[in-house]
Amino acid sequence: MENKTILKVSHLKTYFDVTKGILTRRQIVKAVDDVSFEVREGETLGIVGESGCGKSTLGRTIVKLYEPEAGTIEFEGKDISKLKGNELKAFRKNVQMIFQDPYASLNPRMTVGEIIMEPMIIHGIYKTAAEREARTVELLEIVGLKPDHIRRYPSEFSGGQRQRIGIARALAVNPRFIVCDEPISALDVSIQAQVINLLEKIQKEMNLSYLFIAHDLSMVRHISDRIGVMYLGHMMEIGPANDVFYRPLHPYTIALLSAIPISDPDTAKAKNRIILEGEIPSPINPPGGCPFASRCSKATERCFQQTPEPIQVGDRLVTCFLYEK
Amino acid sequence: MPLLKAEHLTTSFITPQGKVQAVRDVSFELNEGEVLGIVGESGSGKSQMMYTIMGLLADNGVIESGKITFDGEDISLLDFPDRKSYDRKMLEIRGNKIAMIFQDPMTFLNPVLKIETQLIEPLMNHTDMTREQARERALELMRLVGIPSPEKRIKQYPFEFSGGMRQRIIIAIALTCNPKLIIADEPTTALDVTIQAQVLELIDKLRKETNTAVIMITHDLGVVAKLCDRVAIMYGGKMVEVGTDREIFYQPAHPYTKGLLSCIAKSGADEKEEELKPIPGSPPDLLNPPKGCPFVDRCSKAMRVCKDVMPEVTSYTETHRARCWLNDPRAKGDE
Ligand SMILES: Nc1ncnc2c1ncn2[C@@H]1O[C@H](COP(=O)(O)OP(=O)(O)OP(=O)(O)O)[C@@H](O)[C@H]1O
Ligand SMILES: Nc1ncnc2c1ncn2[C@@H]1O[C@H](COP(=O)(O)OP(=O)(O)OP(=O)(O)O)[C@@H](O)[C@H]1O
Ligand code: SF4
Ligand code: SF4
Ligand SMILES: [Mg+2]
Ligand SMILES: [Mg+2]
Repeated sequence: MENKTILKVSHLKTYFDVTKGILTRRQIVKAVDDVSFEVREGETLGIVGESGCGKSTLGRTIVKLYEPEAGTIEFEGKDISKLKGNELKAFRKNVQMIFQDPYASLNPRMTVGEIIMEPMIIHGIYKTAAEREARTVELLEIVGLKPDHIRRYPSEFSGGQRQRIGIARALAVNPRFIVCDEPISALDVSIQAQVINLLEKIQKEMNLSYLFIAHDLSMVRHISDRIGVMYLGHMMEIGPANDVFYRPLHPYTIALLSAIPISDPDTAKAKNRIILEGEIPSPINPPGGCPFASRCSKATERCFQQTPEPIQVGDRLVTCFLYEK
Repeated sequence: MPLLKAEHLTTSFITPQGKVQAVRDVSFELNEGEVLGIVGESGSGKSQMMYTIMGLLADNGVIESGKITFDGEDISLLDFPDRKSYDRKMLEIRGNKIAMIFQDPMTFLNPVLKIETQLIEPLMNHTDMTREQARERALELMRLVGIPSPEKRIKQYPFEFSGGMRQRIIIAIALTCNPKLIIADEPTTALDVTIQAQVLELIDKLRKETNTAVIMITHDLGVVAKLCDRVAIMYGGKMVEVGTDREIFYQPAHPYTKGLLSCIAKSGADEKEEELKPIPGSPPDLLNPPKGCPFVDRCSKAMRVCKDVMPEVTSYTETHRARCWLNDPRAKGDE
């Protein structure tokens, strides 16, 4: 039986007004531009794409750090923009975020115990300090740290250990859904695998859902059930992880995958890569048409005029005219 | 004769907490036109090893031992009569024969100078070109590194360039002196994969065309597999294994190298879900590293001898060496 949908994002737009001065033309960054997808219970949706394509903005809009310009986000069937009072509080508890930088995201003046207990206090989950402390010790064990770490400060920990502290804090309030914004990018390869395995283990035990943002495509394929590929604020392709990774359809996904360095000398040295010319256009007042048109080898006249809509191809949605029936 | 030969490099930093032993008795060689990859965890001593060679250590850095021969010349600090004559020599070498490319191009480019100035000055300093000739050469270099409409671009400032373009400018500046060796310290880490692919392709093309040797410091094994002829693995200030690309990837000898290779999600053709096998624990504290093997606390194969005695080098082939007791006959039966 298919698991039920926990998060539904429809035609989401998040814009930033970056106009400087009063007489200049309005300058709008369309960081997320008409993005739709669903995440099911216990599922991991990976989001990949190059720097500035809108991944973090998408994650931050979902946890209500940013207000969307248009579109809706439904969590457990409820439109999150309409939540008030207890429902809003429950949402803030159920949806947590793990941040990219394990150095900047922990308050250096708080002990590890205080950091993990803070959200418990805010959400009033445990009545007594003793209960909070007992749960904190449990969480430290879940993430592979030691109970006596509770009185130490973040500066005494390595990057991987700090990321574990961040994970323990996110888990402190028993969330249902976690937005992981590049949780491993700042870590060493040998430590990345520790954190990924930990996230997978916790997911199984607690039936959590993840939105897993990263730009390391092979790690994303490893952890994700499905993958969404973003470019200039748009979702270009979304579908089952292995399909997207091994049988990409969208010209951008194909180029992106071709650019990943393969960790195998014989294959890597033999492989003729598609080298994309040029760079991502500025997201400020982007031109109409397909966002990828300026770098796409398959682009036609029409791609510069009209913006393609997502097209269903098997289990996948592909936003490209090439797949029109 | 190798282009670069480093023997027994040992570099420490004096800090209020004590002595950080960043580079501990490291030796290696590099041949002309060769690309050597240097891989290792954050803090394993990769950058400081290169700074030791280049004479660019921070003020609290101390070179405790080491002999460096480059292009037939002894360039070890300890062999110069005084600091001043060493600095003079290194300034000359860095301008003419060795070029460096850093992770963050902005730390290297001067933000208030036009690209033109930053390219033409080194050309005029290192050659007897006239300004006009230097400008021609600068435009040629910009074309070589793939900057479109260089005549227009050369008049711009660094902030008008994107990250990938800035890294190309740095590479163009590095090439102004026709270096024999380029040392690239994580040159593509800050770049997106599609831009990284452009820059790697460029480095590969340049070294084939100009026969420049390259030392590529990176933590990305994919970059190494694509670009390098040989690979050195660093851990806890030691060089724990060195070999050809195929030796390191297909017959790794050191448990750390093996661990590193099984930590990466393979992006090869195989769709089967292989399990990630992380290396437990974290790297040693270089203020107080273990007396024996630096990897001992995380190694599943560790024996009694490993804790107390630094492993010797074992040679597997002409090109393949590792520092581990496992293949040393003297450690047999020591469980
Ligand atoms: N608060 C903000 N104000 C103005 N512009 C913003 C803001 N936050 C993000 N942007 C812009 O929105 C676009 C998308 O940014 P976002 O941080 O979501 O990208 P990303 O995909 O997470 O990139 P990265 O991989 O570098 O983290 C960028 O052009 C960015 O400059
Ligand atoms: N000026 C300094 N004072 C004290 N310690 C230093 C100094 N510079 C570097 N170190 C220490 O020397 C060790 C080696 O540093 P190095 O910069 O060579 O690491 P690295 O392998 O290049 O790591 P990364 O991948 O993070 O760049 C580290 O433990 C670092 O903290
Ligand atoms: S719509 Fe056109 S420009 Fe866009 S990806 Fe498809 S072919 Fe390329
Ligand atoms: S010397 Fe011992 S501890 Fe070090 S890598 Fe070899 S077996 Fe492991
Ligand atoms: Mg981001
Ligand atoms: Mg470094």
